[in-house]
Amino acid sequence: MAAFNLNINGKEHQVDVDANTPILWVLRDHVNLVGTKYGCGIGQCGACTVHIDGVAMRSCSLPISSVSDKKITTIEGLSENGTHPVQKAWLEHDVPQCGYCQAGQIMSASALLKDNPSPSDEDIDIAMNGNICRCGTYTRIKAAIKTAAKMG
Amino acid sequence: MSIIKTSVGRRSFLKSSAMAGGGMMLGFSWLASCQSKSEEEVLAMPKEWFDINSYLKIGDNGVVTIFSPNPEFGQNVRTSMPMLVAEELDLDWKKVLVEQAPYHPDKFGRQFTGGSRGIMSRWEPLRMAGASARHLLRQAAAQAWEVPMEEITTEAGVLHHKESGKSAGYGEMASAAATLPVPEEVALKEVKDFKIIGTSHKNVDGKSIVTGKPMFGVDYHKEGMLIAMIEHPPAFGMTLKSVDDTEAKAMPGIKEVLTIKSYKDDFQKAGFDVNAFPEIVAIVGNSTWEVMQAKKKLKVEWISFDSYTETIKGWGGKVQTKKVPGGLESTASHKTQMETLAAKPGKVVRKDGNPAAAFKKAAKVVERTYSAPFLAHNCMEPMNSFAHVEGDKVHIATPLQIPALVVPTLAASLGIPAENIQMDMTRMGGGFGRRAYGHYVVEAALISQKVNAPVKLMYTREDDMTQGIYRPTYQATYRAALDENNNLIALHVKAGGIPESPLFANRFPAGALDNYLAEEWSIDSNITIGAYRAPRSNFMAGAEQSFLDEVAEASGKDPIQFRLDLLKRAQENPVGEKNDYDAARYAGVLELVRDQANWGQDRANVHRGVSAYFCHNTYAAHVLDMTIEEGKPVVQKVTCAIDCGIVVNPDAAINMAEGAITDGVGNAFYGEMTFKDGVAEKQNFDKYRMIRMGEAPKEIDVHFVKNEIKPTGMGEPPFPPIFGAVANAMYKATGKRHSQQPFLGDDKVLG
Repeated sequence: MAAFNLNINGKEHQVDVDANTPILWVLRDHVNLVGTKYGCGIGQCGACTVHIDGVAMRSCSLPISSVSDKKITTIEGLSENGTHPVQKAWLEHDVPQCGYCQAGQIMSASALLKDNPSPSDEDIDIAMNGNICRCGTYTRIKAAIKTAAKMG
Repeated sequence: MSIIKTSVGRRSFLKSSAMAGGGMMLGFSWLASCQSKSEEEVLAMPKEWFDINSYLKIGDNGVVTIFSPNPEFGQNVRTSMPMLVAEELDLDWKKVLVEQAPYHPDKFGRQFTGGSRGIMSRWEPLRMAGASARHLLRQAAAQAWEVPMEEITTEAGVLHHKESGKSAGYGEMASAAATLPVPEEVALKEVKDFKIIGTSHKNVDGKSIVTGKPMFGVDYHKEGMLIAMIEHPPAFGMTLKSVDDTEAKAMPGIKEVLTIKSYKDDFQKAGFDVNAFPEIVAIVGNSTWEVMQAKKKLKVEWISFDSYTETIKGWGGKVQTKKVPGGLESTASHKTQMETLAAKPGKVVRKDGNPAAAFKKAAKVVERTYSAPFLAHNCMEPMNSFAHVEGDKVHIATPLQIPALVVPTLAASLGIPAENIQMDMTRMGGGFGRRAYGHYVVEAALISQKVNAPVKLMYTREDDMTQGIYRPTYQATYRAALDENNNLIALHVKAGGIPESPLFANRFPAGALDNYLAEEWSIDSNITIGAYRAPRSNFMAGAEQSFLDEVAEASGKDPIQFRLDLLKRAQENPVGEKNDYDAARYAGVLELVRDQANWGQDRANVHRGVSAYFCHNTYAAHVLDMTIEEGKPVVQKVTCAIDCGIVVNPDAAINMAEGAITDGVGNAFYGEMTFKDGVAEKQNFDKYRMIRMGEAPKEIDVHFVKNEIKPTGMGEPPFPPIFGAVANAMYKATGKRHSQQPFLGDDKVLG
């Protein structure tokens, strides 16, 4: 066990956990931020996507010791009250079905738009390839990303 | 206007709530966070609520809470079911709050998500709940204003009396309405008068989902809660021999390691008590990561079990005997077994005319064998459950499709009366049939009982994928006899699977053919199987619709016209009396998809496949446009036509169809679980290939047949026929018939 000072969504948190604990489980079990989801544990499905210093990363495969000096942003901290353009576009297109993967999809999409404000269809396919939606909402996700790009 | 006897009244609600100590509708603190809108978004919250009936309460300020009775797994019933209530109550949708009802069948009827029956089963009861509340509000206003009730109209949450010019919000009359006796019968609206039903309403949970609010089973938390995981046998056909927990117990954060038996020895299993691994090891600790690490340190010995038979209590209490063979099964030997059995005569399920004679005199016979593998459901949220057993009281919070079916099992396994089990239904991160089987709820409760603490049981992805209740593997051989003029004169289907047959003998094209023979077979297995989005249809549709495409070509006919000609025959002069479809509605979706897709206007390098099917009371047809890019098929567009009667929430229904189509394309191309010596070979998403964004259809265009027929299923029906549309488009693209799923597997390049 070791103490880690974390910056999550702009707030300081101190947790006392094993250094190998993935960020995902620190968020879910120790900081009570459960919007970030467990899907596979091996970085294959994207449900656990968060931003580390603004870059989309799979939190299930990143030990907490590797990020203690970095800024962690989760779905709960993406915006005040769900007002990020990607969140608004998601609502406009009524994207979710079960909704379980959507936090990860939104975190991947918002990181994409930050780097590439007007992505092509191919750019979107590539950036979102790591996020599985079992309900099959891909066509809406893609449309919502394009709408969010326009909101800019 | 239809007059309906009210069967869901306030009296039954009052009685039940008194039994529960009153006020229980307000008391679910965790589920309160699952309310659809934050309080500030619905103006102000009322000072006082008035219970009108079990499905709704009205606040003194006119805000209305509607309890959505059925479990939600993405079909968006938490929006469409309250819409049914709101329609008949003439509500202002902006003032509606939706809350998830707890499991309480006395108050909320059959709380069930499955078989695409949700909206169909709630169509009248929920509208009745709204209409009876509206009746009481009008009655209260009539008494207050001393005018005849018949003269009082309602609109968007306001009562009006035209002659006196009086009006009042529902909130003002709610207190009086709550004291009035429930009407014996109420009138329901005509379809033409609907204002809410038939108009798209956004998902009431949209905001909670995009902001990451706790909603799912895995998000459930209770103070003092421990995390549990299980270790199940590594292979089907094996059971627990012994466990050495020394090392695991010594790991940080670990409280206990125990073994559990899910069922008592004399327990009479029912149809949904499917469980390959009734004896498992459980490990309990403080946090998920710690338990995951300790789980790796368990040393467990497993042994093969011998063949046995068990009795299963089926629907209506009928007891069936099921043989479970011993041994470690493999996909390779399954294929051999299936080929052997498929070559022998099957059990005849339906025979019309004289198929043997027709085949004997045929000028041409077309024959093809289709197959499909086991499929894992792979819900994005792995199986999990919260349970807290305190003495003889049980609290469950769980993502489960059919709570009613696990209650008797829980009661028996825990030795606690069913009435002491309180269950909250969390949102489900997908279901697809998998969450109809509640073994994980039983496991969580048994663990909680043994460790005497609240417990959340979490499956890893590997636990989930390797303890599937899989879609079975199937095979079907179709034969068609054509005469010298290329007319179809007989059809023969022989279908089977491990461990069940997929055949629906009375579905199209039965009824359209003078000579028809349907046979089936099955092979026992110890691999557990169960419902998977449109069970059996999800294979038969693809096989049948691919074969009809081939026969249409052999007949020299357009594939849509060929089907329409058969349906015309079935409508005008059907063969047999048990035909399980309405030929006119079936033809309706084919005509609609033909027109919407501009069928017949071919474009260079775009290969089109058509397919249609009827299941779960709904008709669906697709035209799929495919191109080949770098040797790989790309689905450019799917045009879809659906007849599910009245469409309650059109955009949500379109979303369901889009999802079903994408799911079907993914499974047709890639979906497959294989076994070797009893072991599920694909254990996570690195091996089990799921469709991803770049592989999904580029465009999906959904159309509904407009009619005033009572609504039917939407979750399943658009799924089965897509397999046929994919196969038929691939034939056009490659000149080769694709009959063995998955069509692409590990990225085959098409010749």
